[in-house]
Amino acid sequence: MNPSLEQLTEQFTGLVGANGPAGTPIVAGLAEAGPGSATAATPVGAAVAAPAAATGALAPAAPPPLSPVQTVNHALKGYDFDATVAPDQVAAAAGILDASGFSLDTVTGVDWIAQDQMEVVYDYFHPTAPLRAVVRTRIPRANPELPTILHVFPGANWHERETHDFFGIRFLGHPNLKPFLLPEDADFHPLRKDYQP
Amino acid sequence: MIAQKDSISPGSSLRAGGPAGPEADQHCPNETFVLNLGPQHPAAHGVLRVLMTMDGEWIKRAEPVIGYIHRMHEKMGENRTWAKFLPNTSRIDYLSAMHYTHAFVGAVERAAKIEVPPRAEYIRVITSELNRISSHMVWWGALLLDLGGFTPILYAFDDREKILDLLEGLCGARLTYCYYRFGGLYNDVDDTFLNGTREFVQHMQPRLKMYRDLVTDNIILRKRLTAIGGISAELCRKYGATGPVIRGSGVAYDVRRAEPYSVYSRFEFKIPVYPESDSMARYLVRMDEMEQSLRIIGQALDQLPEGPVMGKVPRVLKLPPGDTCYAVEAARGRFMVRIVSDGKEVPYRVKLRTPSFSNLSLYEEASKGMILPDALAMMGSLDLVIPDIDR
Repeated sequence: MNPSLEQLTEQFTGLVGANGPAGTPIVAGLAEAGPGSATAATPVGAAVAAPAAATGALAPAAPPPLSPVQTVNHALKGYDFDATVAPDQVAAAAGILDASGFSLDTVTGVDWIAQDQMEVVYDYFHPTAPLRAVVRTRIPRANPELPTILHVFPGANWHERETHDFFGIRFLGHPNLKPFLLPEDADFHPLRKDYQP
Repeated sequence: MIAQKDSISPGSSLRAGGPAGPEADQHCPNETFVLNLGPQHPAAHGVLRVLMTMDGEWIKRAEPVIGYIHRMHEKMGENRTWAKFLPNTSRIDYLSAMHYTHAFVGAVERAAKIEVPPRAEYIRVITSELNRISSHMVWWGALLLDLGGFTPILYAFDDREKILDLLEGLCGARLTYCYYRFGGLYNDVDDTFLNGTREFVQHMQPRLKMYRDLVTDNIILRKRLTAIGGISAELCRKYGATGPVIRGSGVAYDVRRAEPYSVYSRFEFKIPVYPESDSMARYLVRMDEMEQSLRIIGQALDQLPEGPVMGKVPRVLKLPPGDTCYAVEAARGRFMVRIVSDGKEVPYRVKLRTPSFSNLSLYEEASKGMILPDALAMMGSLDLVIPDIDR
């Protein structure tokens, strides 16, 4: 049986709680840029100290209240479901999507250097239902660590290794985080924004 | 130690004897060796390296070692404008360049809300499907070459040459096309292309029938591929395998249907699915797919609307902040571009999700216990393009 967006929303709201992931302050950035607020979001280049003040200064019309779990218009963004979870919830999130029959599309990172954070993005597609889900989390840039999901999706092994290569994000519990696409003696992470060749 | 041996099952019921029994144990008690296949090897396409721990002729563990042609396209995406990154996309999977360019221009058009004229979308479909056939012809020839049949690749390249000539006439490139642009196409098609494409459809249909009679129904090919190299639908799902691999495992997953893009929803075509999950199923999916591509090309040519091929695009392209995804069905499966913009002229992040990467990642699990020549045939049935894995 194929899952519906309502079911996913319910399950994820149960996971992260109504007020979003505890312990990770969500800084105004791309995670919240939903379909309606895409143009009103704060430019990420500017360091944002107080998200509410910054967005208020930029957008005359206050953006709609942002929810950590939201459905998205596929025609505008290319996915249907977007959830922001705490770093220690990524495996549980993968478990929910696994139980709903999703398949792992890819795992990747984004370096938000201005906010001193790393974003880890998990993309999922469904082999039999026309659904695309995105799960994201933010971790501090100084200590980029979060649990692996490869016991849920073994395919995450290579994706996590690649993300470790490019961003230096450590996936706790991953058995083999040696350089993968980079040379075997590589000790640099080229997609970090402060990387100097 | 003997228990370890018992855990290895033969890859094929057709092989007489099976893995080493108790008698064989007396000759070589639990002896394994490592076979280094590649990165330069005629049976491994491109620079793929596989470290195989062998028990005689049987594979205990096959670990792909990749990165030999890694070019860091994603970093290149972050230090040039959106338009300047466009030629990179056709160099990721050089056999399926139209699809890859399509995904990138699609992502940018989606984020910038650029309208594409219908004529341009129809021509995109025609050229994408031509590209799919030319890509499958290379796979077909190369797979049969792996299996020891030399002649088919000569026929395959003859057909492919016709497609390359048509596309060269359109955009000047034979392989790394940069024909799609944000908002449309580099130029309009001419009568030479339209008539040539009609002629090609007429030419290709009897050719596919001939290949079916001479190659697909050949007993040697069937013996090499049938009931060998099983990949279950669940394994595909866990590893994110897509394209002909998942369709050869009985799942009708095709991005053209699951997330309809461009004008694919306006055409009638079937998604070939074979539930057998073996190498032969993946072979048959691709052979049937070419017929469906011809069907789509025929419909698109008949319905091709008049009009411009380029929409209104700002001279300086800045995308609104946020992330946008766009997926296409490339020749090897689901190719997705995830772009992140911070409102500047240069991308903040470009993520390229390539199908060969995920399709190869299940190889270690799927090849366990197979005999070496069967594992190579299975590798051929995955249709790997190494620059697509390494990016």
